[in-house]
Amino acid sequence: MHRSQLIAESLNLLAASLLLISFAMLSRRRTQRLITLFAWQGAVLFLSTILVAYSAGLTELYASAALTLLLKVIVLPWILHRLVRKLGAQWDSEPLVNIPTTMLVGLALVIFAFGLAQPISQMATTITRNTIGIALAVIFLAFLMMITRRKAITQVIGFLAMENGLFFAATSATYGMPMVIELGIALDLLVGFFILGIFFFQIREQFDSLDLSHLESLREE
Amino acid sequence: MLIAPIDRSLTNHCLTLLLLLVAAWIALGLIGLLRPHSVRFVAHVVFPLGSITCLAFGALAALFLVSGHLAEVMTLPLGLPNLPFHIRLDPLSGFFLLLLGLVAAGISTFAAGYFRSGQGTAPGLLCLQYHVFLASMALVVLADDAYFFMVAWETMALSSYFLVTAQHRIPEIRRAGFLYLLMAHMGALCILLSFGVLQGGRWQFTFDTMRGAPLSPFWASAAFLLALIGFGAKAGLVPLHVWLPEAHPAAPSPVSALMSGLMLKTAIYGILRVAFDLLHVRFWWWGVLTLGVGLFSSLFGAIFAAVQTDMKRLLAYSSIENIGIIFTGIGLAILFAACGLPLFAALALTAALVHSLNHSLFKSLLFLATGSVLHATNQRSLGKLGGLIRRMPWVATLALLGTLAIAGLPPLNGFVSEWLLLQSFLFTPQIPHPFLSMLIPLGAALVALTAALAAYVMVKFYGIIFLGQHREPSLVHAHDADWMERIGLAWLALGCVVIGVMPQFALRAAGTVTADLLGRTVNLTSPFWWIAPVTPKQASYSGLVFLAGIAGVLVLAFGMVRILAHGRIRRTAPWDCGYPWQTSRMQDTAEGFGQPVRHMFGTFFRMQRELPTPTDAEPHYRVQVEDRLWRTLYLPIARGVQRLADWIGLLQGGRLAVYLLYSFLTLIALLVFVL
Repeated sequence: MHRSQLIAESLNLLAASLLLISFAMLSRRRTQRLITLFAWQGAVLFLSTILVAYSAGLTELYASAALTLLLKVIVLPWILHRLVRKLGAQWDSEPLVNIPTTMLVGLALVIFAFGLAQPISQMATTITRNTIGIALAVIFLAFLMMITRRKAITQVIGFLAMENGLFFAATSATYGMPMVIELGIALDLLVGFFILGIFFFQIREQFDSLDLSHLESLREE
Repeated sequence: MLIAPIDRSLTNHCLTLLLLLVAAWIALGLIGLLRPHSVRFVAHVVFPLGSITCLAFGALAALFLVSGHLAEVMTLPLGLPNLPFHIRLDPLSGFFLLLLGLVAAGISTFAAGYFRSGQGTAPGLLCLQYHVFLASMALVVLADDAYFFMVAWETMALSSYFLVTAQHRIPEIRRAGFLYLLMAHMGALCILLSFGVLQGGRWQFTFDTMRGAPLSPFWASAAFLLALIGFGAKAGLVPLHVWLPEAHPAAPSPVSALMSGLMLKTAIYGILRVAFDLLHVRFWWWGVLTLGVGLFSSLFGAIFAAVQTDMKRLLAYSSIENIGIIFTGIGLAILFAACGLPLFAALALTAALVHSLNHSLFKSLLFLATGSVLHATNQRSLGKLGGLIRRMPWVATLALLGTLAIAGLPPLNGFVSEWLLLQSFLFTPQIPHPFLSMLIPLGAALVALTAALAAYVMVKFYGIIFLGQHREPSLVHAHDADWMERIGLAWLALGCVVIGVMPQFALRAAGTVTADLLGRTVNLTSPFWWIAPVTPKQASYSGLVFLAGIAGVLVLAFGMVRILAHGRIRRTAPWDCGYPWQTSRMQDTAEGFGQPVRHMFGTFFRMQRELPTPTDAEPHYRVQVEDRLWRTLYLPIARGVQRLADWIGLLQGGRLAVYLLYSFLTLIALLVFVL
């Protein structure tokens, strides 16, 4: 009894830190800091998944957790770092909307997410049901980050962070998705990531920059 | 009767054998890809093989019709899981397969001599598209569920699109191809919706379930109207005809022949299948509508054909006219059937079926002849041809047969079907409906007017191309068609003559169809060589006797001249109205020939004329005739679509962040909605 309460409390703590990291990502300007934060987010996700797996006694979730650790904490951040260095995109980029405004919008989104999660939380039976709202908020914040940034690489980080949020939502609402879907998503993520990586080089070759505003010239007149 | 025991095993497997031949077409097309750039291989090996296959195909279909089997059904192990392809061979499909095999045999033989290298698409690829086109037409006719039908229908549209745009480097041809594809897809959409209505809420798409589907009058009418629009767009009914005069001239001649001769007939097949087989009710106003559209199309086509100056455009408009005549027959058949007069319905349907067969024969023949002329002279404009009968005697003779047939002169085949149609008009006063029984007989007058105009058009077509003097000096070098082309033309001309002289064969084939669909057949003959559709007292016709009469008069006249005038013949130039010399520029031109029609039916056209003033040093005369429908119907629709697209195009700002914002807002809106 005592132990499960402890687990629930620490899960809540982890969820809160996940949200905090999302806000931190929203406020960062330097790409490399963003990648580090993304890795941290993965690590928190890994810990929370392990905890859920332990408390619910699901071996499948351990595999998911291992996958998370491998992919989101080690492989993807490492590749991203290399990519950033190769592309020379370490420096700051001015977001489209200034950061305080973004934070305020983010705040509104978090409130919306919690409101949205209320009925779902009541239906869910998992010990993590209180964190569904946070998972949704993480998804929204990542989306917001994709919208407000100029550089192609930050968009990818936003995309990956959004996937983190989805994963967290799945574990907190239903103890994770079936293994097949999980594997499929992991594979999709990798493939999508590689394709985007190739695109970066192409975009840079064409426009000498990774600034997405150059893509506006592709529009049909 | 003698062949019956031997062929029993053959007739029992007609469907299997037909499918094997369809597979053979596809295989032949693929073989053509082995040496895609070798004209010799494709033309001298693959196309002749294909034409033999076509012949076998037609023979098998004929055998099926003769055998008296009602239907053969088969389920193919192809298609999606739980949604296999169903096929069915019944008299209606048998009749159209017969038509396909017979006519395609001639066209393929001609194509063997026609295709040359250096004209857009590589010959091997063209060969693949050509044979896939043939196979898909056969499968459209054989399909027994909506799913397979649509697959075959779209394959047909796409393969013919690629054939039309064989010379895709020319911008006009690309435009014509696009217009064709657009209309084909619009039509396919209507057909798809029609099938959607026909399944009647059971969500089973085999034709068998559609036959039994109970539809309320409203939904049955909706299904019929959608089918009429969809198949009408493919057939070229006015006002859905605009693609036809663009696509036919753009395509290589054998392809024009296939499209006009055969593809338009698959649309006829489709409307017959829906109206007489899949729908269990028919209302009289469907018949009146079809009849009206058909009559208008035929008159419209004939009038526009009369003013054309491009020989293939002229033939394309003539196709619209003939499709109109066929639809007139179908409309009459629906009307009679709805009024409980199945015998007269069978007569009208027979006229429509036989005219489909006839039109396939002579229109293919004429399109192929224009192909030979085009190869010999590189000219498509009538104003630059003339006098080719001396340079191309074979083509000229065979085209003359086609011209006479399409003009509806006895003893050729065009007369038979138009006569049958007029005969069935004579029974319309018996319709138990006071106004219809008075008004519809007037349609007969329109058919007669159309027939006369068609004859006028054909005199223009033949006279300007083949008779008179060369309008261009380069025509002296024109050469006749090669022997493969001649065989192809001769085969189709032979068909025209045989059906004209012995219409019993065609009528008997059509009779199996009407017996299956309406339970009646037209009364063919008392003696073998007479046809008397209803009773001999009313009307009867014999092509053989007519031919014998013509031959007799000819022999008599020749003999009289020989006997009476022998030795007293003096050869001299005819009186030339006092002109000292005559040049080719004094001949009647294509524009001149069309002028009376242009004048009389002026309301149909949108004309732009530039007339020279009397003082012009270099007088120029220019006239441009346009379809009014193009400006009143199509351009407003196109503008509306363009405006809508521009409006939607505002969403495409080009900024990725904005695009992301769209999906984000959509997500939020949906979530709020769920909340």
